[in-house]
Amino acid sequence: MGFLEDRFDDNIITAKLDQILSWARSTSAWYFQFGLACCAIEMMATAASRHDLERIGMMPRSSPRQADVMIVAGTVTLKMATRVIKLYDQMADPKYVISMGSCANSGGPYSRQGYHVLKGVDQIIPVDVYVPGCPPRPESLIEGLLKLQDKIRKERPLTKKK
Amino acid sequence: MIINQKVSDILKAKFPGVVIPSEEQHNDYIQIYPEKWNEIAKFIKTESELKFDSCQCITGVDLGIEEGLEVRYNFHSMKLKHKIEIRIAVERKKPSIPSVEQVWRGADWLEREVYDMYGIRFKGHRDLRRMLLPDDWKGWPLRKDYKTPKIYNGMKVPKVRKGWD
Ligand code: SF4
Repeated sequence: MGFLEDRFDDNIITAKLDQILSWARSTSAWYFQFGLACCAIEMMATAASRHDLERIGMMPRSSPRQADVMIVAGTVTLKMATRVIKLYDQMADPKYVISMGSCANSGGPYSRQGYHVLKGVDQIIPVDVYVPGCPPRPESLIEGLLKLQDKIRKERPLTKKK
Repeated sequence: MIINQKVSDILKAKFPGVVIPSEEQHNDYIQIYPEKWNEIAKFIKTESELKFDSCQCITGVDLGIEEGLEVRYNFHSMKLKHKIEIRIAVERKKPSIPSVEQVWRGADWLEREVYDMYGIRFKGHRDLRRMLLPDDWKGWPLRKDYKTPKIYNGMKVPKVRKGWD
C-alpha cells in the first residue's frame, strides 16, 4: 500500500478507508429474518449449526432497521408484495436484496396459473443476487451470499462516481 | 353406508321434502335444499341418535359454467363415531346459504374461506370478510369464469412474462 507499507509492526495493516469500509460492510452483512414460504425452511437450515452463516459474518436481525440484506425467501403473493415494499423501504441504506428460489425469481410453480403470485420480486424492488432452485440447497444460498459479499467488496462508497 | 340411510330417514321424518331424492343406491352423501339448513344443522347436532358435534370441513365446489355452485359439509360425531357429508347446491348469480357459524363455532373461518374463494354469502354469519386474499381483491378466484387480473395495486400480474419460452 504505497510508501506506508512495511513501516509498521506485522499486526498493523494499512489500506484505503474506502476499501476498509466496503470490506467491513461485506463481512458483517446482517440479514433480515423473514421467510415467505417453503424456501424459508432452507434459509433457517443455512443459518443453523451445520451450515452456520455466522462464520461468514451474517446473522439474522428481527427488525428491518437493523438489517443490511433482505433475503426474499419464498413465494411473494400479491398480498405480501405490498408488505415487502414497506419492509424494504424501512431498511437503512446501504441495503441489498437476495432473491431466493424460483418463486422469488420468476413466480416459480405459480408462474402460469397463479392468480395471486407476483411473477418475480424484481418487479417491485431491485435485486442484487438471484439464487435458483426450488428450494435452493443451503450450499447454493451460501454461494449467493458469497457472491453478494464480492459485490459489496468491490464497492467504493467514498469515491465520487464519475 | 348405513349411517347415510339412517340420517336421511331421520331427516325425512322430521323435515319432509328437504332431502333431495337420488337414484344412486350407494351415495356417501346427502343432498338437501338450502332453505331450512339452519334448523337442520341445529337438529343434527343435538339429536341423540346423530350428535354431529364436530364440523370438520366446509368446501365450495364450482360444478361448471352451466351448473351452479355447491357447498359441501363434512361432519363427524365424536360421541357416536360416525361421519357424514351433506351437499347443498346454490345458484351462480347471487349465491347465498344460511350460515351455521353459530351452531358449530369451527365453521366460522371455513365459511369465510368459501366466501373468499367462491363469493357464496353465508346469511347470518357475524363476520363475513375475506379470509386469505387482501380485502380490496376483486372477484372470486376459484370460480370457473374467473379472469386473472392484469394489474393489482400497480403491480403487474402477467400471464407470461416477456422473454419466457
Ligand atoms: S421456490 Fe420452491 S421451495 Fe421456494 S418458495 Fe417457491 S415453491 Fe417453495
